[in-house]
Amino acid sequence: MYGCVLEGWEKMTDTHVAPPKKAAAAPQPDEPKNTALARAALLLLRGRTLVVLVLLIIIFSSISSEYLTQSNLILMTKHVAINAILAIGVTFVILTGGIDLSVGSIAGLASMVAGGLLFKGFDMPGGTVFFSVAVVILIGIVVGALVGAVNGVLITRFKVAPFIATLGMLYVARGAAQLHSDGGTYPDLAGTEARGNTGFGFIGVDSILGIPVAVWIMVVVAAAAIIVTTKTPFGKRIFAVGGNERAAVLSGIRVNRIKIAVYVISGACAALAGLLLTSELGAAYPDTATTYELNAIAAAVLGGTALAGGRGTIIGTVMGAFVIGFLSDGLVLVGVSTFWQSVVKGAVIVFAVITEQAQQRLQSNLTKRTA
Amino acid sequence: MPEILEARNISKNYGGVRALKDVTFTAYRGKVNVLVGENGAGKSTLMKILSGSEQPTSGEILLEGEPVQLGSPRDAQARGIGIIHQELSLFPNMTIAENLFAGRELRKGSRFVDAAGQRRQAREVLQRLGQDRLDPGTLVGDLPIGQQQLVEIGRVLLTDVRVLIMDEPTSALSNHEVDVLFDVMGDLRRDDVTVIYISHKLDEFRRIGDWVTVFRDGSLVAHESMSRTDTGWIVRQMVGRDPDSLYVRNSSPVGDVLLDVRGLTVPGTVKVDDVSLTVRAGEVVGIYGLMGAGRTELVETLMGMRKASAGEVAIKGKPEPKGTVQARMAAGLALVPEDRQRDGLVQTMSVRENILLATLARMTRGGLLNGGAEQRTAKDKVGELAIKIPGLGALVTALSGGNQQKVVLARALLTDPVVLLLDEPTRGIDVGAKSQIASLMADLAAQGFGVLFISSELAEVMAMADRVLVMARGRVTAEFTAENVTEEALVSASASESVLEAAK
Repeated sequence: MYGCVLEGWEKMTDTHVAPPKKAAAAPQPDEPKNTALARAALLLLRGRTLVVLVLLIIIFSSISSEYLTQSNLILMTKHVAINAILAIGVTFVILTGGIDLSVGSIAGLASMVAGGLLFKGFDMPGGTVFFSVAVVILIGIVVGALVGAVNGVLITRFKVAPFIATLGMLYVARGAAQLHSDGGTYPDLAGTEARGNTGFGFIGVDSILGIPVAVWIMVVVAAAAIIVTTKTPFGKRIFAVGGNERAAVLSGIRVNRIKIAVYVISGACAALAGLLLTSELGAAYPDTATTYELNAIAAAVLGGTALAGGRGTIIGTVMGAFVIGFLSDGLVLVGVSTFWQSVVKGAVIVFAVITEQAQQRLQSNLTKRTA
Repeated sequence: MPEILEARNISKNYGGVRALKDVTFTAYRGKVNVLVGENGAGKSTLMKILSGSEQPTSGEILLEGEPVQLGSPRDAQARGIGIIHQELSLFPNMTIAENLFAGRELRKGSRFVDAAGQRRQAREVLQRLGQDRLDPGTLVGDLPIGQQQLVEIGRVLLTDVRVLIMDEPTSALSNHEVDVLFDVMGDLRRDDVTVIYISHKLDEFRRIGDWVTVFRDGSLVAHESMSRTDTGWIVRQMVGRDPDSLYVRNSSPVGDVLLDVRGLTVPGTVKVDDVSLTVRAGEVVGIYGLMGAGRTELVETLMGMRKASAGEVAIKGKPEPKGTVQARMAAGLALVPEDRQRDGLVQTMSVRENILLATLARMTRGGLLNGGAEQRTAKDKVGELAIKIPGLGALVTALSGGNQQKVVLARALLTDPVVLLLDEPTRGIDVGAKSQIASLMADLAAQGFGVLFISSELAEVMAMADRVLVMARGRVTAEFTAENVTEEALVSASASESVLEAAK
């Protein structure tokens, strides 16, 4: 019954607005040419993340000859991988119209859980046990998934707004990470042959065919996410929930299950990213991945995911992560101060949202003209 | 008779839909000018134009003989034209006084709100509305809807209003509140204020109206002094001469009971109170009633979107006690909702995705969606229901209202229902599409489906339904067969609480 509160507000504030209706009603001259131009513009806007990425590479490589070297590209891509995996998880959540602010903390918690298992083992009544690296990684990911499940249950069963639920979890999971070691660092994760837990460095340090394992993992996660979002009923349902939840309910979709599932996916992706980061560093400390949730959300938004839900692609998110990573590393390489790096990054994100809206407007105008 | 406001040769197109066709309407000074017509007849569109929130495609508006441009609600307000909308536009989080003065706060000095002055004036307005006991500091969200409606009316009384447009203001009011409102309208009339009053309630507007204007399908069909009309005349004008030509009568043989509802009760502001009904195979059952009678709540509960507090639902003779959407869908119910945009369509998705949304699980091969099967299934349904689309991949929002409605219907049919629940299936679509939806419903009945549909349109419900149930305030107040139903009986049963004796 308050559905038109906003409408009322508009009515009340329209003193401040010059009557816009006349302009809108004016006939649009030269429509065919306009349409062709609009289509070209739309194509550019749709591919804008790629356009920006290419521009970045051109600009930075013209300033610094080091930028486009193979070793630098591999290094930058490795940086991208961690944010991309976080961002893919967050994209699932945003597609349903939710938000996950807790992914950085979940990454930190998973890092500490895995680090603890590798460094000091697991205390059982019979003595301390050490698990193999594969099992440790699995446990880390399961912890992330469980924390995500808690987010999902808070949001669906207890009707906590996603922003609040995951903001709370941001603090709780970070606190849990600190409690795990009483604030300390697990400095050595190499393991020993005797304990059968060596090789944690594989995922974050090693390479296959000259490409870091972390990058391969990103490729696998992205491929799986693309298949899930575009080729499975579950994926379509995610988009439906974000596009119109009431219509989804009426179509027999178990909306709560879908929502819990996306937070579980987001938690698992966050944990995986945390483990990669930890492996790369060779040590686990409680502040791992602090504020990474913001980079992840930025990548998703930059890649065209609508925060209102229902619209976005995994490939867009990955491209967004590339833009952020290649931009940050480029700025470092050409010697821009860290303060200016922040300013540029922030401006790029806001600009991305503005172009997203331009795209939507153009698209709906074109639809109207052709309809 | 002095006219104050005149709309001359007004037409209004929305995309391809002509909402108003060359309408010339006159409102007389100091009179209550009543507008009647069915949903989608164009009354509300004309009122939006007269209050400045919509611009006519062609035609002009004259205020006291002078042509005027009403470019925005502000423009209209500045010229003394106020409107009270059917839907409330109040701020539930603010007090009555704050709502009354929202956007035009009283000032103390140049910057500060004169809260005491606002409260004082608010109290005077509330007195005028017969609400002496109401504290202006009460949050609007805490008021019952009827009193909220009065606050809305109070907002307009505070402005220097010469023409007051009221769009179904009594739909949420109790009888006492309606009396208060009519007293206020009487006062206004004495103060030479012109009232334009839209209503569906024949018994009410005949009490207060001086002139009556009837709209049908975007045209003004009659304009008469109230004293020279009677209820039968008004209904005939509203319905038109030949409603049957528009609709196809179902004539299939009736089979087993497919849906059996016993004592269904749902609590809430709009409640469903002890409703029992049956729908048989091959039968088209209509539910007639006014807004807020509980019809939508009834079908939403049948579909599992609301929880019933009592009652039983059996489908094909088997009780279905779980009452979830999934269980009801599996048992054979499907709902085409009243508000397509809010409940039916996923606007961000394509036609194909919308059609297949409820049956995705069937479209898979090895866990992955089978694009070929999706394309075939969607294409079949588009052909079967003659949906006009630019392409299966087009955004569903690119379609016209009637075709959007068919997309929702296609999705419902794909779930293999035995009983289709259709909530206002022809609302907001043009006459041609209405006729198509109507013949689709008859076809479905002929194929052995049970069809239960809600309608606010007399002609539609009388022409299409084998049986008509009338609901008022959550209860079924009357039941008619196609043979013994009359317009007057439907209207009076929808207005009263008493259970009328259906002529059997």
